[in-house]
Order: sequence, then structure tokens, then C-alpha cells
Amino acid sequence: MNLFKRAEIAPLEYTRRLWMRAWIAATLFFLYAPLLVLIAFSFNDSKRNIVWRGFTFKYYGKVLENDGLMAALGNSLTIAFLATVFSIILGTLAAVMLWRFRFPGKTAVEGTMALPIVVPEICMGVAMLVFFAKLDWPTDLPWPLNLSAITIAHITFCFPFVAMVVRARLAGFNKEQEEAAKDLGATEWQAFRDVLLPHMKPGIIAGALLAFTLSLDDFVITFFTSGPNTITFPVKVYSMVRFSVTPEVNAASAILIFLTILLTTVALKLQDFTKATA
Amino acid sequence: MQDWKQHKATFASIAVSPVLWLVAFFIVPLAVVWLYSFGRNVGLTEIDISGTFSNYGRALEPLYLEIFGKSVAVAALTTLICLIIGFPIALAITFAQPKWRPWMLLAIMLPFWTNLLIRTYALITVLRTEGYVNKSLGWFWEGASSLKVMVGMAPLSTWEPLPLLYNNFAVILGLVYVHLPFMVLPLYAALDRLDRSLIEASLDLGAGHFRTLTQIVAPLAAPGIISGVIITFVPALGAYLTPDLMGGPDSQMIANVIERQFKRANDWPFGAALSFLLMYATFILIALQTLRNRSAERRS
Amino acid sequence: MTEKQPVISIRNVTKRFGNMVAVDNVSIDILEGEFFVLLGPSGCGKTTLLRMIAGFEMPSEGQILIGGQDMAGVSPNQRPVNMVFQSYAVFPHMSVADNVAYGLKISGVAKPEIRTRVDEALELVSLGGLGQRMPDQLSGGQRQRVALARGLVMRPQVLLLDEPLSALDAKLRAQMQFELAELQDNVGITFVTVTHDQDEALSMACRIAVMNKGDVAQLAGPSDLYEHPANRFVADFIGSVNIFEGKLTVDEPEQAVVDCPEVGRVYLNHGVTGAHDTTVWVAIRPEKITMLPAGKAKAKDSPDGHNIANGQIKGLSYLGDVTVYEVRLESGRSIRVSRPNLSRWDQEDFSWDDKVSLHWHPTSPIVLLS
Repeated sequence: MNLFKRAEIAPLEYTRRLWMRAWIAATLFFLYAPLLVLIAFSFNDSKRNIVWRGFTFKYYGKVLENDGLMAALGNSLTIAFLATVFSIILGTLAAVMLWRFRFPGKTAVEGTMALPIVVPEICMGVAMLVFFAKLDWPTDLPWPLNLSAITIAHITFCFPFVAMVVRARLAGFNKEQEEAAKDLGATEWQAFRDVLLPHMKPGIIAGALLAFTLSLDDFVITFFTSGPNTITFPVKVYSMVRFSVTPEVNAASAILIFLTILLTTVALKLQDFTKATA
Repeated sequence: MQDWKQHKATFASIAVSPVLWLVAFFIVPLAVVWLYSFGRNVGLTEIDISGTFSNYGRALEPLYLEIFGKSVAVAALTTLICLIIGFPIALAITFAQPKWRPWMLLAIMLPFWTNLLIRTYALITVLRTEGYVNKSLGWFWEGASSLKVMVGMAPLSTWEPLPLLYNNFAVILGLVYVHLPFMVLPLYAALDRLDRSLIEASLDLGAGHFRTLTQIVAPLAAPGIISGVIITFVPALGAYLTPDLMGGPDSQMIANVIERQFKRANDWPFGAALSFLLMYATFILIALQTLRNRSAERRS
Repeated sequence: MTEKQPVISIRNVTKRFGNMVAVDNVSIDILEGEFFVLLGPSGCGKTTLLRMIAGFEMPSEGQILIGGQDMAGVSPNQRPVNMVFQSYAVFPHMSVADNVAYGLKISGVAKPEIRTRVDEALELVSLGGLGQRMPDQLSGGQRQRVALARGLVMRPQVLLLDEPLSALDAKLRAQMQFELAELQDNVGITFVTVTHDQDEALSMACRIAVMNKGDVAQLAGPSDLYEHPANRFVADFIGSVNIFEGKLTVDEPEQAVVDCPEVGRVYLNHGVTGAHDTTVWVAIRPEKITMLPAGKAKAKDSPDGHNIANGQIKGLSYLGDVTVYEVRLESGRSIRVSRPNLSRWDQEDFSWDDKVSLHWHPTSPIVLLS
């Protein structure tokens, strides 16, 4: 068979057209090249030059020895974990409330719940700064209580996302399942635990992943709520980036990228798993 | 749906914590900022809420109006560029083979999951004077220069690295880099919902691809295009990090001015007024979008 | 009458999607002015074939000629055919008149002419006066008429219709079958229709290509398909049928006998093609079997013991115009027999568990080789 003889391109097979492929390739190059360069040069055995001087792990060693950076990473992960746990609880409750009940002022509650998603980050950061200053929120508490202000701020902007995802999932729930459970003798709580909760699970997992990533990523809001002793990873990287571009920052960034990819992969696998068992 | 009155205890146990949280840690902080925007500084930390509108008055001074206008212009240009780049991508994903579709979506989404700060930093490393873009351009320049020498012409002047960073160009590039996924996803969702046979019918009746795009696809995907535009425009308008790290002295956007009032100038009332102006602008856009969607739903 | 020219020639067309063969080496000629139907179960490749004619899919191999011209490399917007889509694909953001005018505007027809042609087309499909309506103000049947008018107004050489009636309810569908056939007769444009509904195909078509698994199982007129099916697939797909496996034992120019273990010896008063002693199949339509009380049957024009079978009624369904009986034969095999309800009083002649004799005329059985 002739290698060059291929079926003609059908009108809607846009992805087989050359200009479209070039466009996609260029866009992906634009999106990924900077990240790949960043990762590649975290392994480059050269301090400033962009010329490749050999493979090394030494900047990763330096990152691991950098107590400030490691403490910041620890803070970030702690905050992300706490924010995720609280966001799941609050978000799920909010979703169930909005999905299940008719009550006065529902539209207002719904609208307010969506606000943290759409309010510009800077405004929310400012509000948190002002709020905690007004309360005279103690800043000298022992770890991890000193992270409470940041954690509260993170929960506030994360749980509406969880509520949104879980509610979307609930929209596909067949209420007759719950009625069937009650018909078979389950109490309100048992029906919730045995029927509704399993149905919500994929939504909760997706929401949890979203909350964790949002919390781990957040810079602006944290920037306004963090004090000198409560530096998170992005805030630390920010202060390093402001000064210079060094392989050490590359290595620290690469660590976070790998962490994100790992998390996304785990989440996708988990979702496949829940889909397969659902 | 159940009426809360018939299940008061259940409703209360479910509703109380999220609602309380939202009030205590979101409404109250915003309310405090709102009150401050009508106040003035007395002493270093003392703010007197006097009900004055002078902070808003100051925001209307030409200096700040210009920054507002510039922020809107930068956000609009970013949105437009995202739309131009993103539309063919969304189209390609929609009409790709089903087995490729999730991977293409993932490829667009993956950078979105990566830390914003790191993405900005990555862009800075390739754009700076010693960065890859300038180096490659330099090599091409020198190559062209020696080529000219070879054919007996005068060499080009020495390569001057392009100022790719710390200017408005860098800010827009950075914003496009960061916000592209925001645009592609709603566009894809809208195009995917479109009945393919409508496009085929248009082609069948003699229209070319471009005409089909402008007369059939664009009007029918309009809700998706508009929501993509708003989803991109709103965060771009309030962007802080990109102009802060990639912008020059003249590329400050509104968020940077707000930050300065709180962290450096220590003029909280003025900062509060500015952030509420930014918030109102956001709300108006989102309200317009919601109204449009509602009326569209009612029509169908 | 002069020999009609093929307006569409499909020559050895194969279409593969990955490893799946959707259309397998199909050749069909569609003649000028005929109402041609591609009939088959879902997934048989009929829609793919239609979409290849329209230019939305490209053949993996083979050629499609329209009006004698090879269509390879000709995009849908340049082909002299128009399509009525299964979902109608009426543009929801344009009025009825704008929908119908869309193609004319693109081909640069002058405005006054567009208006008269649009009005004519709407009149033709009985939508006169509804031009300013929006599609969401129309019923499903009306939307379909818009799609028809939109295609017809272009005066194509061929109008392609993809399952045109499948989205309509049963009554409307029956009415539209006649209207479509009449419309085609009036405008004289070649229609190529895809359907899975045999009633639709039989009532509208001049010729029908029955497709199965990417192949054309038979291409013939409606009555030929029913009375002279070429194989078991066509016999079974078109109408209801009883099929028995058997061996060809007598094979002469004027008569043939097939020995079927399940139903006995089947006699035909004409010769069949097929080698002696090979396995063949006999198909007998339910309405061509006569049912009498046990022992009363005597197969005329057949040798003794041929074309006759005894059994017991095991089921009956009263369908109004006919009653269909399920008779368990002595061999254990069930056979379907239908009787027209000619009088209002004779429906209770037969009932469950009645012992009956069946016989049929020697012209009724069809011998199938595959």
C-alpha cells in the first residue's frame, strides 16, 4: 500500500488539517515550553548560564537543605490538608441544603455562595487582611495554630467550589432511590449515609482535589493574610523570584509541578475507580 | 424539593454551619472593607468611618481613572487574544476523534492545575534578556549576519536583546499564558453541545467553512463565547501577580494599586474604595451574563 | 421510453472506520428521477453511504460519480446534491424564510428571485404564510417540511434524505410517506432516502437497496423484494416469514422438492437453481398458508403428502384486519399463519389448542440458497 495514499479529509475532520495541527502544536508549545525549560534547567549544573553544563541533582539537595523553603512547603501542605477537610464538610452540607430544601432567601444564599468564586482575589485578600487586623487575631500562636488565619481564608474560597461540584453531581440523583431506602425501613440518616452519600462520592472527591489544588496554589489571598512566621510555599517562592532567577527556584518549582501532576493522576485514577464501581 | 418548615431540625443541622461560615468569614470581612471605604485615616492604625465619599472621589482622579482604563484595556486585549487562540483549539477538540478528546482537554487543563506563580516564573525565565527566546533570536540574527557576509554584503549590526520583560507586552503575554484554559473550556462546552448536522447542513447548502463559522457556529455558540469572555476577562481585570512580576513601572493594573494602599501606602480607606469599585465592575459583568442566560433559558 | 441515465454511480466503494468496515465494496447506480431507498437495520452502513454521496465522509476506496463527474476532492458545498438531515438541522436562529433562503443567498441569487423561489418552495411543502415564524414555533412535522423546502429550493440533481420520517409520530409518518412520494413525482428530482423502516421503504420507493453489514443484500423494486427475496436476510427483514432448512431432493425444470425435516416435503411447480442434495432454505409468508380444521386440508396441485402440515394452535394475536396464529407443528417447530378477518363473525373459528391442518400452493414457497 502506498504510504502517501491516505483517505481524503472529510469536511469536519478539522484535526486532520495541516493549519489546525500547526495551530495546536504552536499553542501547546507556548503552554508547555516554558514549564519544560524550567524543569530541565533545575537539573542543569550551571549557576546562571542557560547553556547545558551537565546533569545534577545538587539544586534539589539545596532545596531540601533550605529550612525556610521546607518549612514553607510544610505550612502549605498543612493548610491545604486542613482547608480540604473543612471544605468537603461545609461544601457538601451547602450542596445538600441548596439541592434539597426550599426556603426563604434561597436565591440570596445561592448568590452569596457563588461570590467567593467570582470576587477578584485581590479584593478577598484585602478583606481578609482587614478582618483579621480588626479582630486583632493573635499572630504568635504555636504551630499549627498560627496558620489559622490563612486556613480560614482558604476554607472560605475553597468550600463554594466543593459545593458547586457536589451540587452538579446531586442534580443527577434519582430521588426515588432515597425513597426506596426509606420504604425499606431506613431512617433519614441511614438513607443519607447509605444512598445519598455514595452517590455524592465522585463529586466530593473531585471537589476535594479542586480545594487542595486551589489552596496549594493560592498566592494573592495568602500574601495578605500571612505574617513573618507563616510563610507558605508560593509566598516563599514569590520572595525568591523577586530577587533573581536561580536554579534553586527552578528546583523548588519543579518539585511543586511534580506534586501537582502526581495529585492530578491520583485523582483521575480515583475517579476512574469510582466510575467503575458506581 | 422539600419545604424547610416541614423538616426544621434537619434543615437547621445542615444549613447552620455553611451559612454561618459564609457570614462570619466572608460577608463580615467584605462589610468591614465596605465601611472603611467611607472612612478616613486618623492616626496610624485608627480609621474613622465618617461616611465620606472622598475616597471614591479620589478614585475618579485622572491618575486612577487612567489605571482603571488601562486595566480594562489590558484585560480586554488579553480576552481577545485568548479568544482568537482558543477558538480553533476548542473547535479542534470538539471534532477530534473521541479517543483523543480527553487527552487534548487534559493537555489544555494541565497547566491550569500548575501553580500560577510557577507558570509566571517559567515565562519570566524564557523571556528575560538571557532567556531562551532572546538567545534563539540572537543565534538567528548572527546566522543571518554571517550569511550576509558570506554573500559579500555588510554584516548586520550586533544583536540587541529584545526587551521582552517588564513592559505592557509582557503583562499581556503573561495574562494570555495564564488565562487561555479559562477560555478554551467554555468554548469547547458550547461547541460540543452544537448539533453537528447544523454545520453539515450549512456546508451542504453551499456555504464555505468561514461563512459557516460566522453565520451558523458563532451565533449558536454565542452563550458559550460570552461566558468564555467573561470567565477570562474578570480574573484578568483583577490580576495582581502577572503585572507585579512581569510589568514595568508603567504597567501597573488596578490590583497593584490596591495592594500598594494596603501594604505600603497604608491608606486603607482609599484601598477599600478601589477594591469595591473593582468588585462592582465584576458584579455588573456577571449580573449581565446571568440575566442573559436566564432570558435565553426562558426563551427555549 | 429511453434508457434512464444513472445520476449517481457508486463504484466499488469501501469505507473503513479504523478496523471497522462500514461499507464493503458497494456498487450501485441510481437513476435519473427515481425515488431510491437505502433500507437496512441500524449499523448496516446505509447512512455512511448517504453521507459519502453528500461529501461528509470520504470513501476509503472506490469512486462516487454524480452526473458523470467524479466527486473525489469535491467538498459538500460544491456538490449538486442537497440533504435533509435526520435531526432536520433547521437553523434555530433564523426564521423559516431565512432558512430556506440561506443556500440561495450563498450562491448569489438575486433578491427578488430568492423571494419568489422561497415562497414557491414553502408553498410546495404546504408551509405557505409561515415564512416569518421561528423554528421553535413549529411542530416537528413542520420543521421537517422546512428542511425539505430548504433542500428543494436549491434545485439539486439529487435530494438526499436521512431517516426523514423517523422523528414523527406514527400517523403523521403514514401521511408524510404519501406526501413525499407525491412531492418527488411533482418536482421530478431524484430522491435518495435512508430508512430502517420497511413499510416506509415499500410505500415510497421505486427501487430499494437492502443493506446488511456494509453489503447490498438485494437491489430490487418493492414487490420483487417481498415476493422474490434473494436470500434469508432480505426475506426475514422485509415482512414476516417462516424459514425452514432443507435438502433439495428433486430439481427438474418444471418442478422441485425440498425435504425439510421440520415441515415435511415442500413442492414447487417450477424449477430452482441449486445443486442436487445441497442445503437450501424454504421461506413461506404467513398469509400464503391456508389453515383448516384437522384432517380437512388437501393440498391442491401438489403430490400427496407434499405442502401439508399438521399442528396445534399455541397462540393467537388479533390485530384487527388479520389474526396471526402460532401453530406448533408435529416436529415441534412453530409456524406463523395469518388469516384476514373477512367477515365480522368468523374470528372465533379457531382457538387455542385447536388441532389444525395447514397447506399452501406450490407457487408460494420461495427457495433461498443463502
